[in-house]
Amino acid sequence: MNTWVYIDHCKGNVIPASWEAIGVGKALGNVTALVFGSGVEALAKIAFEYGADKVLLAEDVTLVDYRAEAYATTMSQLAAEQTPDLVLFPTTTRGRELAGMVAIDLKSGVMVDVITLDVTDGKITITRPIYAGKLLTKEICSTKPQIITLRGRAFPKPAQQFGRSGTLTKVSAAPGDFPTKVEGYTTSEGGVSLADAGVIVSGGRGVSNNPALTPPAGLDEKHAEIWRARQGFALVKELASVLGAAVGASRAAVDAGYVPYAHQVGQTGKVVSPDVYIALGISGAIQHQAGMRSSKVIVAINKDPEAPIFKLARFGVVGDLFQVVPALTAAFKQKMGK
Amino acid sequence: MRIVVCIKQVPDSTAKVVVEQGKISWGDAPLIMNPWDEYALEAALQQKEALGGTVTAVTIGDESSIETLKRALAMGADDAILIKDPALATLDTQATAQVLAAVLQKIGAVDMAFFGRQAIDGDAGLVPAQAARLLGWPSLTLTSVIKIEGTNVRVERSIEEGRQVVTTKLPAVFSMTKDFGEPRYPSFMGIRKAARAEIPSWSLAEVGIPAPASVISWPEVMNPPSREVTCEFITGANPEEIAEKLAKKILAEKVL
Repeated sequence: MNTWVYIDHCKGNVIPASWEAIGVGKALGNVTALVFGSGVEALAKIAFEYGADKVLLAEDVTLVDYRAEAYATTMSQLAAEQTPDLVLFPTTTRGRELAGMVAIDLKSGVMVDVITLDVTDGKITITRPIYAGKLLTKEICSTKPQIITLRGRAFPKPAQQFGRSGTLTKVSAAPGDFPTKVEGYTTSEGGVSLADAGVIVSGGRGVSNNPALTPPAGLDEKHAEIWRARQGFALVKELASVLGAAVGASRAAVDAGYVPYAHQVGQTGKVVSPDVYIALGISGAIQHQAGMRSSKVIVAINKDPEAPIFKLARFGVVGDLFQVVPALTAAFKQKMGK
Repeated sequence: MRIVVCIKQVPDSTAKVVVEQGKISWGDAPLIMNPWDEYALEAALQQKEALGGTVTAVTIGDESSIETLKRALAMGADDAILIKDPALATLDTQATAQVLAAVLQKIGAVDMAFFGRQAIDGDAGLVPAQAARLLGWPSLTLTSVIKIEGTNVRVERSIEEGRQVVTTKLPAVFSMTKDFGEPRYPSFMGIRKAARAEIPSWSLAEVGIPAPASVISWPEVMNPPSREVTCEFITGANPEEIAEKLAKKILAEKVL
């Protein structure tokens, strides 16, 4: 099977699930990696090291920044000429959008956010979560090329073989005047991207309830609550920082204005599957569970012994997070030699 | 501005969704407007308030979807259209996009088409970009900030690394994220208006396209494997002792 893998990057920083996709393609046959941008030849070299046999490198002033129309048109033209059997993308904002548009151009379908991929007699059957992971569905696509986006961390990342090389082919960007221009970027909230994170420390409404704190005078009730929550989230962030973890939050914490929406885990936030998920002051509503239930080891600290989060947790502490979390941060600091 | 919002009716986000005898069931949980589509409708209504024009809500569904269209009217949409046809029972995303793109063309002279970022049932998040591609309009997915001057558009889009600031020209397709701002509640006047509204329904023949073919099929839906965990509660004389034990337990899992 000839598989294409879209190497998803922003300013040369590659989404790791791109390398995972090369691993998936290698298990099925030959892999051609697609690297689009400007000044990104170095990424082609890394793609070879992760197992790509060929790289199609499109470098052009029209491809400096990701633009849906310019990228999709270039990819669709290449695919129409070279007819790959399978095109893989990481499930990212760009991967989803490109996959959807390329599928329209090539009159095929997209199987999105795939967590298992099975090939029998050359036919692909995938599994993916629906209803935010409350259910799984199998899917088959009757048209070619098969177009699939892979969920990050669902497939192993191949070992990087330093110095491994392959065939590099330079290709042209599709001509065309696309009205969409990229003016710039605003910085992210910082911290690790939730989707790629191996460890996530999340806070819920419970982090705002520290009775030991007295807010500064002059704050109304709402601002006093947010002030308390910021102090609480400082504890979440300190633990996250010691563990090299990303910071998550429940919807309740986001809606209450404690942390920006980018941190929300759950049905209307991000769906994550880290190795360790530490839930602090999160009761575990079904929508939150939908976003984190596939985490490998779940740890919960909550004052309510009946909180549903304990039904998912491998380890639980019923107690005051404002006392336990700083102690846990200190314990990890000491044990992990920081 | 001629503004259209494409919405979908889905089981409530708090519903316990399970597979029973091979079929998806959400018990007696209510059907609601897809939560992401509420942000799309809010964005559409704000554009109308700023620029003038009309907002039309469109959905593909059966008679039960009229309730969701009425909610859109109650929130402030000017009119609504139900796309109803026996050929539209199960659609993949590209087939859905074909129908909606045809509906947008049939409505005619549309400047802005709004979608939620994804529906909370199928979770594909493909339809907005696919409809844009079929229409040949710019795809502005995952938008959180919109500024319009004439036919010039400036948006901020969410990406993994933060936000991308993009300019383009109308007509365009927008998919909205929660960052745009909280959707409004239906007003009392809106609810009264919606209760009296007659909502037209269009068949595929009235839209003017043949039944689109789905290329994706779903041979099996499954409950996820149950997490067979028994929570081990960590206790101790003081927080330090609890923390010490818990840190040891987590490190022993060898996943850090």
